[in-house]
Amino acid sequence: MSERIIEFRDALCEAMSEEMRDDQKVFLLGEEVAQYNGAYKISKGMLDEFGPRRVIDTPISESGFSGMAIGAAMRGLRPIVEFMSWSFSLVAADPILNNAAKMLYMSGGQFGCPIVFRGNDGAGGQLGSTHSWCVESLYANVPGLKMAIPYDAYDAKGMLKTAIRDDNPVFFLESERLLSTTGHVPQEDYTVPFGQAFVRRQGTDCTLISFGRPLHFCFEAAEELAKEGIDCEIIDGRTIRPLDIDTMVKSVKKTNACVVVDQSWSFASIGSEVASQIHRYCFDDLDNFVHRVHSDDVPTPYASNLEQAYLPNTRKICEAVRSATYNT
Amino acid sequence: MAAQNQNDKKTTSSEEVFSKNTPSSMNTSPIDLGQIEVLQILNEHGEVDKGLEPDLSNEVLLDTYRAMVLGRAFDSRMMTMQRQGRMGTFAPNFGQEACIIGQVTSLTKNDWFAPSYRSFGAQIMRGWPLEHLMRLWAGFHDGFPPPKNVNDLPFSIVIGSHVLPAVGIGMGMNYKKKKDCVVVNYGDGASSQGAVSEALNFAAVYKAPVVFICENNGWAISTPTKKQRANQTFAAHGIAHGIPCIRVDGNDILAMMCATKEATDRARNGDGPTLIEAITYRMSLHTTADDPTVYRDEDEVKVWEARCPIKRFETFLTNKGLLDDDAIKETLESCEEEVIAARDKFYAMDPADPTEIFDHLYESVPKELQAQREEYLRRLREKGIDL
Repeated sequence: MSERIIEFRDALCEAMSEEMRDDQKVFLLGEEVAQYNGAYKISKGMLDEFGPRRVIDTPISESGFSGMAIGAAMRGLRPIVEFMSWSFSLVAADPILNNAAKMLYMSGGQFGCPIVFRGNDGAGGQLGSTHSWCVESLYANVPGLKMAIPYDAYDAKGMLKTAIRDDNPVFFLESERLLSTTGHVPQEDYTVPFGQAFVRRQGTDCTLISFGRPLHFCFEAAEELAKEGIDCEIIDGRTIRPLDIDTMVKSVKKTNACVVVDQSWSFASIGSEVASQIHRYCFDDLDNFVHRVHSDDVPTPYASNLEQAYLPNTRKICEAVRSATYNT
Repeated sequence: MAAQNQNDKKTTSSEEVFSKNTPSSMNTSPIDLGQIEVLQILNEHGEVDKGLEPDLSNEVLLDTYRAMVLGRAFDSRMMTMQRQGRMGTFAPNFGQEACIIGQVTSLTKNDWFAPSYRSFGAQIMRGWPLEHLMRLWAGFHDGFPPPKNVNDLPFSIVIGSHVLPAVGIGMGMNYKKKKDCVVVNYGDGASSQGAVSEALNFAAVYKAPVVFICENNGWAISTPTKKQRANQTFAAHGIAHGIPCIRVDGNDILAMMCATKEATDRARNGDGPTLIEAITYRMSLHTTADDPTVYRDEDEVKVWEARCPIKRFETFLTNKGLLDDDAIKETLESCEEEVIAARDKFYAMDPADPTEIFDHLYESVPKELQAQREEYLRRLREKGIDL
């Protein structure tokens, strides 16, 4: 059987459409999702198939439609909320953090929020600082939610299906920069479970840990470093909550060196959390402290060249790996 | 008891709720807001309503006309430069020139203006040099902040998030007992944001000297106005908040100028905010990342082509003897030349210092950030970027 190759965005669309066919309680709402097929064409054809009752164009009101969807989820529906950009979710911080993430807890386990918030996260598209947020570190701090970041088309479909079937609120972070990438995606139903990191490249000298789009730069760096005789192992964490620290620890115990690549700012971040846990569990195995690669500590520049220099990029990763492995 | 006595002079929130005229039977029929009348002084054929025509000098009329033509010339050149890859994503203002320029003609240098990303026609009038706006849209770091002597806010891309700060500026003016005012514009789309309702309420309660201009251009990207509100007007939001409101033909520059003048006068006199719904039309794209032909009926665009704000003002000025065919041609040519000159100036400007992105984050640069700045600089140098 030949491999079916499709785009990342179509994999997301398939996940939503298949789940909506299977479960009448699932529906999609957000800005531009229906008539316009989504600002990034992820919901292409879904209005035609499911009609305006289940694919709902909302006014520009992130706080409003998130809050309403949370109410629907509390009453047993399973909404998928599309944020055109996670940057815009900031105006909905109260409903998504205070209501969605705490509802099960505050109702004493009576009713939770089976809801998926999904959309574009991260910089790299020359969209300016207010529109280029990497929200993972900001939101992952909040207990009660799950957070998933798919890297390829296969995971995009499998992880989104898991997210939709999950009874907890899932923050599903997609990267606009990855939407047009292609990969093998099976036609048949499958899911990718949460909390299982994926070793995407085997190596012996240094463990690179990342999530989502920065993995792309990890691969580039690994190729570059291979020429210098440094063999990197690359771990795709896949989900931040839950975090599969075991797979990461196992790898670091083998390589004795670790670099965490995180596109958010460094202070109190995913990178600092992962590094802290690796230090704790691999204290006697590490030959050097865990190195971290982040975006620079400033708002995202708008100019393309400055933006690329600001983000975790191949060059920054190579330098960190060389330093972590004493190859400077 | 002492506490009760102290409270004697205080009002209570319920004192006027139960009037003596409480009706014997409850009136359960909803209030019909109906249509709010639209102010129009210059119709789409350029015919003026003599009874409403404002007393404006020939100089003001011609300056305003030129500002509109310049706005359109800038728009058109920016679209070309964007398609050439010289600009980032750009939001054109084509067809909304009267609406945007009429908002700021009654403002002084001391007043504040909170623009949205489609407001460059007004920004130019407020004193933004054209090449400064070009640097903004091309992604130069120094292009985004307003020029030093201009009381404008930088715009936000998160829809509606600039409206509350604009009200805050107005409340600050009251606090300092200044007679200045703020004009803030937002779109039909932004009117759905909770923050915009909060802004209207605060401005009304605190009588902030703010003029809200809801630019109803028919479309929030692909979402038409009818999907954004159930009542018939955006002006009605003013009624709900206790703010005097009016609807204006946003393609009629005279109506926009008159309505804004009256509203800014009210604000300066301590009479609080006004909401103006300006009815206009987004003739072009939402931004250069958009293609409206996939969701919008071209016949609708044709209807609005006939309502062109510049054309009707030209007819009016020609009938007044202030313009003729030669003068129209000369104005257009001089505006295009001004834009080209700005473009050339923009091309000739020194490249920005790429380490500027580390500036102004704090009053002084913290040492951790200084270290990052040096690292960043080193990488750029190694990459061979000319500094």
